[in-house]
Amino acid sequence: MGLEIVNDVRTDYVCDLVRNGKREDGRGFREYRDISVERDVIKRAEGSARVKIGDTEVLVGVKVELGTPFPDTPDKGVIITNAELVPLASPEFESGPPNENSIQLARVVDRGIRGSETIDLDKLCIEEGEKVWMVFIDIHVLDNNGNLMDAAALGAIASLLNLRIPNERYGLTGENTLPMRDIPVAVTTVEIEGNILVDPSFDEGNAAASSVTVISNADGTLSGMQKSGSGGLKEAQIAEMVEIGIEKAGEIRGKYL
Amino acid sequence: MKEEIELIKEGKRLDGRGFDELRRIKIEVGVLKRADGSCYLELGDNKVMAAVYGPREMHPRHAQDAKMAVIKFRYNMAPFSTDDRKRPGPDRRSVEISKVCREAFDPVIIRELYPKMGIEVYVELLQSDAGTRTAGINAASIALADAGIPMKDLVSSIAVGKINGEVVLDLNAAEDNNGEADMPIAMIARTNTITALQMDGRMTQEEFGRGLKLAMGACHQIYELQRAALITRYNQNYESKREEK
Repeated sequence: MGLEIVNDVRTDYVCDLVRNGKREDGRGFREYRDISVERDVIKRAEGSARVKIGDTEVLVGVKVELGTPFPDTPDKGVIITNAELVPLASPEFESGPPNENSIQLARVVDRGIRGSETIDLDKLCIEEGEKVWMVFIDIHVLDNNGNLMDAAALGAIASLLNLRIPNERYGLTGENTLPMRDIPVAVTTVEIEGNILVDPSFDEGNAAASSVTVISNADGTLSGMQKSGSGGLKEAQIAEMVEIGIEKAGEIRGKYL
Repeated sequence: MKEEIELIKEGKRLDGRGFDELRRIKIEVGVLKRADGSCYLELGDNKVMAAVYGPREMHPRHAQDAKMAVIKFRYNMAPFSTDDRKRPGPDRRSVEISKVCREAFDPVIIRELYPKMGIEVYVELLQSDAGTRTAGINAASIALADAGIPMKDLVSSIAVGKINGEVVLDLNAAEDNNGEADMPIAMIARTNTITALQMDGRMTQEEFGRGLKLAMGACHQIYELQRAALITRYNQNYESKREEK
C-alpha cells in the first residue's frame, strides 16, 4: 500500500515535468540514456552480455545444447527465450513462477530475433529429426530502472553475435561460429501526457499510459512490435513511435553491436 | 528461409477473398444463462465463446485495487480447438495474450465506478483458425456490454498480415502459418484509438503503415456488426416483454 502512494506521487511528478517539456533526469524526449555493452562476461555460457542502459542492468546468457527437434520442424534448430525478474532486481519483483510481465518480456525479445530470421535455424540442424542445436537465451534482470525490454533485447542480440557452438563438448566437428544474418534492435517509447518519450526511466514507465516496443533491422524493416499498458494511441502517435524506433535502433546498432 | 508457398492466385487468396476482405463474422449475444453477459462469435472458422462475471468481489483480496475495479481476462484454448491437441491450462502464449487483451479494454471500461471489485472476462476458443485473439476481443467486447459493464465504447479487433509479399486483412491459419508477418490490433472505432498492437514477422515501415490503415478500416466494419448484434438482442428482449404484457 505504502509503495502505491509513493508511485502515485512520482507519477504526478513525472507527468508534471513532461507537461513542461522536461524529464526527471534532464534528458530530452528523444534522448536515450547512456548504454554499455560488455560481452563474454560468463565463461560457462556459449554467449553472454551485460547491458546497462543508464542504471538499468540486465545480464543475458546463452547456452547451446544438443537436443531433439520439434516434430513439426525436424530439420530446424530450436531457440528458447526465458526471462527471470529475480527479486534482487527490484522491490516489486517477487520470487515464484514467471508472471505475465516476465513472459511478455521473453516473448517480445524472442519475437524480434525470430522475426528478423537473424539465426538460420536450418544451420542448427545436425541430423534431421534426431539431433539439433538448442539455443537457450536466458535473460536475468539485475537492476530495474526502467526499459527492461530494450536492455533484454540488446543483451540477447549482443550475446548471439559472439556465440560459440560447443562442438568439442559433444565430440562433433564443424563451424564453431554461427553467422548472424541480421541485427534486430528493440527501441521502446512511451506516451505521457500526449508526448512521446524514448527509453523510459522506471518512473516514466509507471507514469506512461502506453508503451510501444519497436524491433527493427539493419535495413529498416520491422521484425516485431508490442504495445503494452492501459492507454490508447492514435495512428499518428504510433507512426512517430515507429519512426523514432527505427532511427534509434540504427544509432544503437552502429555504436554497440 | 521459409519456402514460398503460393497463397495468392490471380489476385485472390486461397479462400477466394480479396486482400482487404474480412472473413464471415457471425455474432450471437446473451447465449449463456449463468453468466452476467455473454457472446458467441465466429470469425471464419474461429469459434469463440466469451462470458463476463461481475463486477463482484475481487479474489484474491491482495489483488484488489482500492481505487478502481480490476479486470481479470482469461484467454483459453480448448484442448480440441487445434490440429494437435493443446495441453489444457494456461501456457506462456495464453498468459501473454490474456495480458494484451485485458489492456485492450483498460481504456474503455469505467473501472473507477467499482473500487475493490473484479470484472472477470473469460474467453474460450472452441475452434481455432488464426486471429483467435482478435475474435476473442470482439466477443469479449459484446459480452461486457451484455453484462451492463459501464464502458465508454466497444472495442473492435482484427489482424493484418503479409503473405506472398502482399499486405492482406484477417489471415486464416494457412496464411498465418506460411505468411511473412502477422499484426493484430484492437481499436476504439469511434475515436480511432488503438488499444492493442502486436506484430511478428517482418515488414517494412511502409507496409506497416498501410497494414495499420487497413486494419483500422476493418475495425469500423466490425464495430458496426457488434452494434447491430447488440441492438438485435435488445430489440428481441423488448419485443418479448411487450408480448407478455
